[in-house]
Amino acid sequence: MSINLKNELYRGIVTENPLFRIALGMCPSLATSTSATNAVGMGLSVIAVLACSNTVISLLRNQIPGKVRIPAFIVIIATFVTMVDLLIAAFVPTLYEALGIFIPLIVVNCIILGRAEAYAAKNEALPSFVDGIVMGTGYTLALTLLGSLREFLSAGTLFGFAIAPFKYQFILMILAPGAFITLGLVLAFINFMQNKEA
Amino acid sequence: MFSAMIALIITSAVFNNIILSQFLGICPFLGVSKTIETASGMGLAVLFVMVLANFITYFIQLLLVKAGVAYLQTLAFILVIAALVQMVEVIVKKIAPALYNSLGIFLPLITTNCAVLGAALIAVKKDYGLLESTVYAASTALGFIIAIVLFAGLRENLKYSKLPDAMEGLPIALITTGIMSLAFMGFAGFKLPF
Repeated sequence: MSINLKNELYRGIVTENPLFRIALGMCPSLATSTSATNAVGMGLSVIAVLACSNTVISLLRNQIPGKVRIPAFIVIIATFVTMVDLLIAAFVPTLYEALGIFIPLIVVNCIILGRAEAYAAKNEALPSFVDGIVMGTGYTLALTLLGSLREFLSAGTLFGFAIAPFKYQFILMILAPGAFITLGLVLAFINFMQNKEA
Repeated sequence: MFSAMIALIITSAVFNNIILSQFLGICPFLGVSKTIETASGMGLAVLFVMVLANFITYFIQLLLVKAGVAYLQTLAFILVIAALVQMVEVIVKKIAPALYNSLGIFLPLITTNCAVLGAALIAVKKDYGLLESTVYAASTALGFIIAIVLFAGLRENLKYSKLPDAMEGLPIALITTGIMSLAFMGFAGFKLPF
C-alpha cells in the first residue's frame, strides 16, 4: 500500500488539524503555549508518543479483544508517555520544568486516544506510523503558531529573541485569560477565512 | 490546622481554579456546558470521582514508592482511575438508580478528563497527606463546578445574542472563558485574614 506523503501532510496540517479543526487536546495547548519554545517542546513530545503508540497499537490490533481495547490502548500510550517523560527529565530539564505536569498528562490527551481509535485500530502499521507523524506535525504547527503569537504579544520576542522594534510587556497574554482569548480569536479567524472561501 | 484547611479549600476552589487558571478539564468544560442542568451533572460526577481517585492514588503512590517503581506513577494512576470510573458506574447504577440516571452518560467521559489525573498528580507533587489530598480534591472539584455552572449560565444566554458568523460556537466560548478567567484573576494576591 503506497502512501502519498504530500496528501497525508496536507490532511494532518490543514483539513484535519487536530487543534484548529477538530479542537482536540485543548488543555495542554492552552497551558504550554506560553512561549514558542515551550510549544515546540510540547509538540515534539506529542509527535513522539503519537507515532510510537499508533505503530504499536496497529501491530497489536488483531490481538486486542474489542471489549478491552480502550484500557489496552491507554496502557500502551502511558508506557510511551512515561518514556518521553523520563527522557525529557534527563536531557532537557529546563523544558521539563516549564511543561511540568503536562507531560504525564499527554496520557489523557484526546488526540492520542482519538487517533488510536479512529485510525491505528483499523490500519496497517506503516500508514498508522505516518498518521501519527502527520497528525503530530499538524498539532505541533498549530501549537507553535499559538505559542509564537502569545510570546510576541506578551514581550515582543520569538523563541527568546527580541524582534519587536521597541521593548514592551503585556503580561496578560502569557496568563490564563490571554490563552483563552488568543485561541478564540485564532479559531474565529480560521472560520472567517473559511466562510469567505465558501 | 483548621485555618490551613480553610485556606487550602478557598485557594484550590477559587484562586487557583482548575479550569480558569490551571487549564485542566477544558474538554468537558466546553463540551457539556450547553445547559446548566448537564453542567451540574458533569460537575457532580467529577466531584465524586476526583475525591475517590485522590483517596486511592494516595495509597497507590505509597505502594509504588515502597516497591521502588515511582516512575510507573502515570501508568498506575490512569489505570486506577479508569477502573475506578467503571466501578463507580456499576455501584451507582445498583445503589442509586436515580443518581445514575442523572450522572449516567457523564461517568465514562471522566476517565479522559485530565482534571482527575491532574489533581492526583498535583497532590503527589505537593506531598499532601491523606486528609489534605482528599480535601484538595473536593475543593478542586468544587472549583470545577463553580466554573462550569457559571459558564453554562452564560452560554444559555449567549444563544440569544447575535454574533458574527465566524465567532459562532467554539471561538465565542473560548473568549467568554477568557473574560471569566480575567475576573477570577482579580483574586490574585488576595490575603486570607488568618
